[in-house]
Amino acid sequence: MQDVKEFRPTIVAFCCNWCSYAGADLAGSSRLVYPADVKIIRVPCSCRVNPLFILRAFQRGADGVIMAGCHPGDCHYTSGNYFARRRMTLLFSMLDYLGIERERTRVEWISAAEGAKFAKTMNEFVATVTALGENKRLEDLRCKK
Amino acid sequence: MQEMMKNRAYALLENGTVDRVLGWTRGEFAYDMTPAVFRNADEVKNGFVYNDFCAANLSKYLVKECRAGGKILVFLKPCDTYSFNQLLAEHRIKRDMIYVVGIECFGKADVEKIKEMGIEGITGITAKDGIYTVSTIYGDKAIKPADVMAERCLACKSKKHVVYDELIGNEGEVVEDCNRFDMVAKLEAMTPDERYEFWRGELSRCIRCNACRNICPACTCEQCIFDNPNSGVSQKAAVNSFEENMFHIIRAFHVAGRCTDCGECSRVCPQNIPLHLLNRKFIKDVNTFYGDYQAGEDPTAKPPLGKYEKNDIEPGEAGGAKE
Repeated sequence: MQDVKEFRPTIVAFCCNWCSYAGADLAGSSRLVYPADVKIIRVPCSCRVNPLFILRAFQRGADGVIMAGCHPGDCHYTSGNYFARRRMTLLFSMLDYLGIERERTRVEWISAAEGAKFAKTMNEFVATVTALGENKRLEDLRCKK
Repeated sequence: MQEMMKNRAYALLENGTVDRVLGWTRGEFAYDMTPAVFRNADEVKNGFVYNDFCAANLSKYLVKECRAGGKILVFLKPCDTYSFNQLLAEHRIKRDMIYVVGIECFGKADVEKIKEMGIEGITGITAKDGIYTVSTIYGDKAIKPADVMAERCLACKSKKHVVYDELIGNEGEVVEDCNRFDMVAKLEAMTPDERYEFWRGELSRCIRCNACRNICPACTCEQCIFDNPNSGVSQKAAVNSFEENMFHIIRAFHVAGRCTDCGECSRVCPQNIPLHLLNRKFIKDVNTFYGDYQAGEDPTAKPPLGKYEKNDIEPGEAGGAKE
């Protein structure tokens, strides 16, 4: 008999070094629980996230991609997240336009003091993506394991 | 029109204002008008052609011509002047090396549409009193321009020359009530599944010939990211849907906020993919979220992705299905 495995999504989280990554750290050291499906990639600033990164994450098997950075106005580099916000707004709108599920992408502003928000966001996002199921519309068959 | 342009070219070559002319010449077929450089009056006399098949945007050719030195005369239609301004803003061309003659445009004919009407053996086109006369080897045919006009010209955004040294004809005006976002709005109104099916149908035809990239006046990178073998997208017909999506999303994103909506990408696509609908989506979004912006209108304007407002819309709030 075939083993029916429960679907666990792969989530890529781009976290800025100064706020969200520290927020994740706080979530960890505070023993807050969030799913191990979230794979964090640390970036110097949310502005470092190139639209290609998002697509590449989907290509390499992500089912959902979330970008987290400092709250607008709190960027370590003054304005990085403002630019990132415009870029992601347009990119996500374009993905939606191409018929790729809107819920697979998300942007959240999480400060270094918001460990609880980090855990909550990730729990929510994993639940949403799990409900959506596997990423089929932006998958690259060559990268399938 | 053609004679007036030729005469200006002779005069400017004669008095030494320019040392060459960038215009159009006949390609393999009579409806195949291809950009060409003419170095003297004789070449202009024998080769220069201008008619309603001359759809090519000459702005991008100036990037290469500017490197060759000298001074170039170029004929620009209104929509080409926007691309010209955008290239100026990006320092891709040098203004003092170029002499721009703006030419009036009433829309260009799409030869595919003429062929669809069953007209064969086309040898030329002339416009007079709002009627096209298409000459063929079987005789002349009169058709209404509106029936055979290119899609992008039917939704023309502006007949205004935003930059020129001299004009042949009127300066023209911005078309206020253009309906260029109609198709985008129609797609937006569909369900995500319908949109996905629509784009799969369109993009799966892509053969990755790179014609859209090569013709695009906004795509002037010396080395394109897709030339990198590690880009995740190979330089051949895509093996799966991801590559097609990736290439077109990233290409559209690279020109977001810089695309002047000249429509060359869709015109040159051998597979007739409506690529301009991707660019127009970005233009529409920029207009909706960050205020009206027309790339190329003002070469000193800041591009929408190069600036920000503190109260910009959040990515989660911008369109699409909400949770």
